[in-house]
Amino acid sequence: METLSVAPKRVEFQVDPNSYRHLRLKIDGEVATIEIDIDENGGIKEGYELKMNSYDLGVDIELYDITQRLRFTYPQVKVVVVTSAKEKIFCAGANIKMLAQSSHQWKVNFCKFTNETRLGIEDATNNSSQVYVAALNGVAAGGGYELALACDKILLVDDRSSAVSLPEIPLLGVLPGTGGLTRVVDKRYVRRDLADYFATKPEGIGGKKALSMKLIDALIPKASFANDVAAYASDLASSITKDAPVKGIELSPLKKVIDEDLISYDYVKVSINRGLRYAEIAITLPDGISAPSTIEVAKGQGENFYLLSLIRQLDDAILELRTNEAEVGTWVIRGKGDMGQIVNFDNLILSNRDDWFANEVLHYLKRTLKRFDVTSRSLITLIEGDNLLAGSLFEVALASDRIYHLIDTEDELANANFMLTKMNFGPLPMGNGLTRLESRFYGDTSSLEKVEEAIEESIDGDLALRLGLVTFAPDDIDYEDEVRLCLEERASFNPDALTGMEANYRFVGPETMETKIFSRLSAWQNWIFYRPNASGEEGALRRYGSGLRGNFNKERI
Amino acid sequence: MAIANYDEKIPNNVDLGEDRRLKRALESWQPNFINWWKQMGPTLPTEDVYLRTAVNVGRDGWAQFGHVAMEEYRWGIFLAERDRDRKIAFGAHKGEDAWQQIPGEYRSDLQRLIVIQGDTEPASVEQQRNLGLTAPSLYDLRNLFQVNVEEGRHLWAMVYLLHAYFGREGREEADELLLRNSGSSDSPRILGAFNEETPDWLSFFMFTYFTDRDGKYQLGTLKESAFDPLSRTCEFMLKEESHHMFVGTTGIDRVVRRSCEVMAEHDTYDISQYGAIPLDIIQKYMNFHYSVSLDLFGSEISTNAANYFTTGLKGRWAEESHDDDHLLGSSTVEIEHVTDAGQITSREVSSLTALNHTLRNEYIADCENGVTRWNRVLEEFGIDFRLRLPATSFNRRVGIFAPIETKPSGEIISSEEFEASRDMYLPSQSDKTFVRSLMRPVYEQGKIASWIAPPIKGINNHPFDYEYVHLA
Repeated sequence: METLSVAPKRVEFQVDPNSYRHLRLKIDGEVATIEIDIDENGGIKEGYELKMNSYDLGVDIELYDITQRLRFTYPQVKVVVVTSAKEKIFCAGANIKMLAQSSHQWKVNFCKFTNETRLGIEDATNNSSQVYVAALNGVAAGGGYELALACDKILLVDDRSSAVSLPEIPLLGVLPGTGGLTRVVDKRYVRRDLADYFATKPEGIGGKKALSMKLIDALIPKASFANDVAAYASDLASSITKDAPVKGIELSPLKKVIDEDLISYDYVKVSINRGLRYAEIAITLPDGISAPSTIEVAKGQGENFYLLSLIRQLDDAILELRTNEAEVGTWVIRGKGDMGQIVNFDNLILSNRDDWFANEVLHYLKRTLKRFDVTSRSLITLIEGDNLLAGSLFEVALASDRIYHLIDTEDELANANFMLTKMNFGPLPMGNGLTRLESRFYGDTSSLEKVEEAIEESIDGDLALRLGLVTFAPDDIDYEDEVRLCLEERASFNPDALTGMEANYRFVGPETMETKIFSRLSAWQNWIFYRPNASGEEGALRRYGSGLRGNFNKERI
Repeated sequence: MAIANYDEKIPNNVDLGEDRRLKRALESWQPNFINWWKQMGPTLPTEDVYLRTAVNVGRDGWAQFGHVAMEEYRWGIFLAERDRDRKIAFGAHKGEDAWQQIPGEYRSDLQRLIVIQGDTEPASVEQQRNLGLTAPSLYDLRNLFQVNVEEGRHLWAMVYLLHAYFGREGREEADELLLRNSGSSDSPRILGAFNEETPDWLSFFMFTYFTDRDGKYQLGTLKESAFDPLSRTCEFMLKEESHHMFVGTTGIDRVVRRSCEVMAEHDTYDISQYGAIPLDIIQKYMNFHYSVSLDLFGSEISTNAANYFTTGLKGRWAEESHDDDHLLGSSTVEIEHVTDAGQITSREVSSLTALNHTLRNEYIADCENGVTRWNRVLEEFGIDFRLRLPATSFNRRVGIFAPIETKPSGEIISSEEFEASRDMYLPSQSDKTFVRSLMRPVYEQGKIASWIAPPIKGINNHPFDYEYVHLA
């Protein structure tokens, strides 16, 4: 169903490659090229022009769509060249006027999504042998260079004027928040004092100096740029071995129906309670759907393969709610259906990990679960009768801030239970590199070992409580009230404090580049965004392009 | 444990027999309650006691008299009749329908209020458990037990709310109410005043007059609560609480009267040698019980109290009789203030933060009534001595006056001076020893101890010499 016409302000994440406005995807055997050619007048909101190949959420939605199609529809692709179709400019990053006019919530959500897509690019490089190469045919500034940083290799045209830069601090008074500060030192190993110099130099650094500082991997002469990039890509492709067919599977737009308080897909239904500001997300497995006996059968089902279809719907529902329902502060998740089938699906995927399709489904599931981890909403999972959330889907519960497990004392046959599978013990790590169970039982190996012993065992509320797998297991007399009180209480707290608390508790243990981007970099950025020095009337971000400089409160905080 | 007929065993007006949640409450909690009563309830063994049992909230139901064995007392669960149109009378939710369920937002605060109230109920039973051994008459013994079973019923009332509305956490708190014990060093009762043993009957009367009266005012504010079941529970409890205060008022009255009689007979203030209690000792007991009861109102300036009011959890005494906006957003009130130099002045503060102070003042005015009544007895006997409430600032450990010491007159003195004169103001060791020496049981029908006058009338139109208690 067409939704934009119903609610024009609503952002739609489902896009059709035939109607991209900003990006072009070209496939040439094992090499794909993404051409950035942003339509100045194609902003997703009014009030700004996307000059100099600058981007907004609408552009990034297309980019995300491309990265997904490359993995599912063009699995034979080994190298993805990201370049620009505009002269002398690769990409100027996020549009400044757009940032200056956006609400704090919009900026933060936009940055989160763009960060996820860039981490997705690295995930493709690491786990799908799709190596991204940034071919910078001109200036790559701010978010433009950050996009290049997400690629495995960065090639810069050597024309004595093109440079890479992170000018956010000197020009805008904010941070390069799409992984820029993190990747310069954590991924490209630029020395910290040189990185400091680089990030405070608005015109950036080009040529041999950029190469010697490790900001880029190669300089390409201007005259032979196109040919040299092509040769580089094809050499790189031939060095990569990958067993995947030429043709993958098509991804057509999801069927979804949006009503005022309802977003409904085939297997995911979202209904919103506006009074208490929560969304119920129901995940279902209809009767009659079962795991295919072989991965070939699954591939034959293509986009209709239940697990893939479900992940796509969940992915879209997450993005919908995050972007279009900012005030809906709590997500209540339930699953209904035969969880035995989920166990079968898990086994099918895990016993075919060498297969490109099983591999893509697995990593897509991993990425989608990671979206839950970094979502600034309270996540509450309910394990009730006829529960579907087992194995891989129980990861949604483990991503939640609380789990309520119903103990039905009236009808023991209808009692709620769940099951763990191998999926819960490694294949679906969080951004911190740990499984959700390792995170849950951080510093408590004996509990984790007990949980491991319960693999593929039916776990009811009493056992779940004993094993520490659920927060509370109220019986049918208390259950409804406990859940209601929890939701009402949640709705009464300061949403900012909840976001902060949840983000802290969800990520225990080690830091990775990924967690640094979502915690350290984003948290600082979100603070700076909100300070008058950036976003006040006289702040640098607001004044950018006006001819006036930012007027700062000089205190160091 | 199976209970055959809930409605019969436990008089109630909450559909006990039909409610699965409450049935479970009875199955798990009630045996523990009975155990607690056996272990922590009255130590004096009795066969039966002439007790009033509430079987309904109506005029006929709330006072049914008969001899019952205390363990078989039918502790009922009663809420005052529901007013289906009841609106919230104050605070941010003013004008909205009263809540029949707990809003999740206020769950913790409400639970805390109910637990604190609930904790005081069994505490007083524990404090008074040994008093039966020294009862001055069967009439008084019966009154003590009546107070005790009703405190037990009040515990039930609070436990009912915890079970019916607060889920698992509520049940855990209900269990805790039986596990804390008055005076226990490991798990004492929540409020300090409820950890002191009630050592003698003069203290008992003082307690029922002053401390139970604090309970009356706390219940009165909870009766205004936006949470309707709490409001209705407290409304019914207030009815019983007034009997406890009657025991206190008339008890002290009878002690004073007896002292007057002995003074008149022997023409002396020094009546200790004749087995009666000198008036200055009565005054000192008053000084003590009144001042520690004032502490129970908490800090005069309290943001908690302000929050409870604004959120609708706790109102003012007789909220609807106050002629104001019931929001108290901008009004102010004059309140005592102790300067850094230790002088008492006054200052203006927001009425909202001074709610404890306002409630405390209503309590003080109420306390004066009893004093007037006892002084009338003194007047009747032509005795010049007058009992009086000590100053609000006297012997306070909580609130504005905690940092300073004053005489009962309110005159500020140093803490050294206070310590040196303590025995003049508060019951001294020898006063207590003397009072305790008078505490010898009188279990004979129609007889009474030397230090107290008999009541003017008995219970439920029975004479004083009625067989109120059959000892085991």
